[in-house]
Amino acid sequence: MSKYTEDDLREELKTKEYEYGFYTDIESDTFPVGLNEDIIKAISSKKEEPLWMTEWRLESFRAWKEMLEPEWANVNYVKPDFQAISYYSAPNKKPKYDSLDEVDPELLETFKKLGISLDEQKKLAGVAMDVVVDSVSVATTFKKTLNEKGIIFCSISEAIREYPELVRKYIGTVVPQKDNFYAALNSAVFSDGSFCYIPKGVKCPMELSTYFRINQAGTGQFERTLVIADEGSYVSYLEGCTAPSRDENQLHAAVVELIALEDAEIKYSTVQNWFPGNAEGKGGVYNFVTKRGLCEKNAKISWTQVETGSAITWKYPSCVLKGDNSVGEFYSIAVTNNFQQADTGTKMIHLGKNTKSTIISKGISAGKSQNSYRGLVQISSRADNARNFSQCDSLLMGNECGAHTFPYIEAKNKTAKIEHEATTSKIGEDQIFYCNQRGIDTEKAIALIVNGFSKEVLNKLPMEFAVEAQKLLEISLEGSVG
Amino acid sequence: MELKEKLISSFMAFENLVDVDLPVHDVRSEAIKRFESQGFPSKKEENWKYTSLNNVLKHNYSVFPKHDNAIEYNDVKKYFIHDIDTYKVVFIDGKYASHLSQTTHEGIDVCLMSSALSKPKYQPIIENYFDKVATKDGLTSLNTAFSCEGAYIHIGKNISVAKPIQIVHFSTGSEAALMLQPRNLIVVDENSHVQIIERHQSLTDNPVLTNSVTEIYADKRAIVDYYKIQNDNENASLIDNTFIDQKRESVTSVHTFSFGGKLTRNNLNFYQNGERIDSTLKGVTIIGNKQHVDHNTLVHHIEPNCESHQDYKGIFGDSATGVFNGKVIVNKEAQKTNAFQANNNILVSDKATINTKPQLEIFADDVKCSHGCTIGQLDESAMFYLRSRGIPEKEAKALLMYAFSNNVLSSVKIPEIKQRITKIIATKLGVNIGFDL
Repeated sequence: MSKYTEDDLREELKTKEYEYGFYTDIESDTFPVGLNEDIIKAISSKKEEPLWMTEWRLESFRAWKEMLEPEWANVNYVKPDFQAISYYSAPNKKPKYDSLDEVDPELLETFKKLGISLDEQKKLAGVAMDVVVDSVSVATTFKKTLNEKGIIFCSISEAIREYPELVRKYIGTVVPQKDNFYAALNSAVFSDGSFCYIPKGVKCPMELSTYFRINQAGTGQFERTLVIADEGSYVSYLEGCTAPSRDENQLHAAVVELIALEDAEIKYSTVQNWFPGNAEGKGGVYNFVTKRGLCEKNAKISWTQVETGSAITWKYPSCVLKGDNSVGEFYSIAVTNNFQQADTGTKMIHLGKNTKSTIISKGISAGKSQNSYRGLVQISSRADNARNFSQCDSLLMGNECGAHTFPYIEAKNKTAKIEHEATTSKIGEDQIFYCNQRGIDTEKAIALIVNGFSKEVLNKLPMEFAVEAQKLLEISLEGSVG
Repeated sequence: MELKEKLISSFMAFENLVDVDLPVHDVRSEAIKRFESQGFPSKKEENWKYTSLNNVLKHNYSVFPKHDNAIEYNDVKKYFIHDIDTYKVVFIDGKYASHLSQTTHEGIDVCLMSSALSKPKYQPIIENYFDKVATKDGLTSLNTAFSCEGAYIHIGKNISVAKPIQIVHFSTGSEAALMLQPRNLIVVDENSHVQIIERHQSLTDNPVLTNSVTEIYADKRAIVDYYKIQNDNENASLIDNTFIDQKRESVTSVHTFSFGGKLTRNNLNFYQNGERIDSTLKGVTIIGNKQHVDHNTLVHHIEPNCESHQDYKGIFGDSATGVFNGKVIVNKEAQKTNAFQANNNILVSDKATINTKPQLEIFADDVKCSHGCTIGQLDESAMFYLRSRGIPEKEAKALLMYAFSNNVLSSVKIPEIKQRITKIIATKLGVNIGFDL
């Protein structure tokens, strides 16, 4: 990976606008707007799904119709009109590539702008990519290496066709169809996403990575991700996002389910940089995501997220610590600037004995944004010796933004040990002065301090992601000095 | 909901009992309308997520008790802080009990809400302060609608009140089930200082529901210390709504000691309307059986350079449930705010539950705000230390629990209250600690 110098940063800071805001004109096969049972059947048949899957979708849709959009989150927005969205769009030319040469050059250009040249990624990072452009996966790499280990890493629609027994066994077990409004919607209309299965005792040799990308105007993105780590296995999964700049709000309602069987470990990292709307708060992506993991005995799930984008973020990656001695971790940085609103946090549900969870959440708000941490730590009466440590720190820049903490702690067991700490502060004038004195200008000093503030979380990210995340933090906070 | 209908229809009967020509009656009529539309809170409301009133509201409460009960001072002496000289405002089943009380009009007014509401000389105060800081939610509105009695305390400028004031509400159980709605108004003018002790006590096992509202106004540089002692029997429920409006440089503290009652809900709200204000909220909760105590606090920092300190300790045994819901709001103008919040809990039984939600909402950037919250057990090594020195397990436990709650006790300024609380704690833990502070 090429070295990122200060000059590069300066260059980058000059381009204040969202740099990934471009629009690729790929012919798309888009469904008429609106949502009804026929549309769902059409999506299902388009994907050549078996009957049980179609039924499952319809069941979700019927439940969804009865549900109300949640309003408890600390965010304000114009509710999307669910009948004004087209629920399926796939690039028209859908070849199966063996090499990059066969790929639509326009698509490759898109990747180039995103800075994720497949070629470079392959060689330098050793990352297998399952790139999703508008809901249908179009390129998969390193499949052969993974095949040798027996690892399945493919799009969820492929998995439904090829490994129906696995999908059927696990889909909806962690996030049930009727879990919440957006999860139900996703279950009904999910277009594509990733599926990953690590067999017993296998340690996945590379970081699995999917880049998501919203493209076609007016299409919502409904990703469905299912990761299953069988007994004693290990996988590190990366997810990163960018989206083109648009005026109308785009809806994203994804569902991610992780299943860690006995002794397994899943590490799930996200860098989210969707279009946050412009400086006046116009446009931007609505991000309503349900992420949850289930830990069996001795298993471990670790969520790491860097949230810099989206106009509205509504996201609570959670762990259900079902098995004894299981471990859940949540490391998060949420940055909001301009008119962004984020309501994010985690849920740690302790069911098994000797379960442990750690929550480190760093919120940075600037401009006129609102940043909320909302978390739940629940210790059931059977969860003897459960342990939780939570730390939520907020950093405020300017006096037009807000930082909020809503931690819910519910303990029903006398052996539980829970600690929760939260602080709110601003960047100290003395810290800035110290940097200025040493010839570091204020803008850069802030970047430096913010990086220090978020170090605990950045350290948890895989190497390539950490670099990207650092850059993102700086860009996101650009122009907020004041 | 039956009780709701009953209360709304009793309002007409209530109108026959009070003077409807008073200006305050418009406030009451408005309030009953609000209660009619809002009703009692349910668990669906965020602030009531962990506390259900259903069990409490199911009784057929009588709203207008007969009051022919004479209780003798000696029978109830133990419920007073009797070893020091105090002013007393005492109520039996919601009616003023003059033989137990000691009020005054010398320099300060320590008297009755009923006379303050009706006598012209109090009208300026009532107009300026009555139902001004209280919120307009269902329960408070219900109290406002039926407000006719309670303590009225007005301290003029530059007075340090020589002795504490006790406000005690007794219920005698002459009715099968009784609902009380006391309303207190406390106005403390510039540079004055007052200490107030409040207690609700039921004398029999008949169910009692008290929906109390207290409004406190602390003017510039005033100092108000308020102590709430809640050690009622297991059929008495209390919803205590306290609203405190503070002006510049005033210092106000509220200590809440919750040791009993079927359901106790403390809504404690501080509004800091001025600079350099100091607010303290502290509480000790020790409960067992199926008791439920819910502390719902709000500190609203509106202007710069203010401080708030919250410290709540809880020990929960048997099937008791505890709730702490602390909210700190810092407005964007309220720069240089220091707000601290701590909530520590010990669960001593497998069936006890604690739900806590320390919440911060911050809109200003130059602030220091922190909250900490722990749930844990007694330190095993400390236990071992005490046991190895021959202190029996029960006593050792009690000592540690006493030490645990001592942080809160240490800021109590009246030694007699401290002694009393220590004794109650010792009784609760079933030991003789063997020392008074």
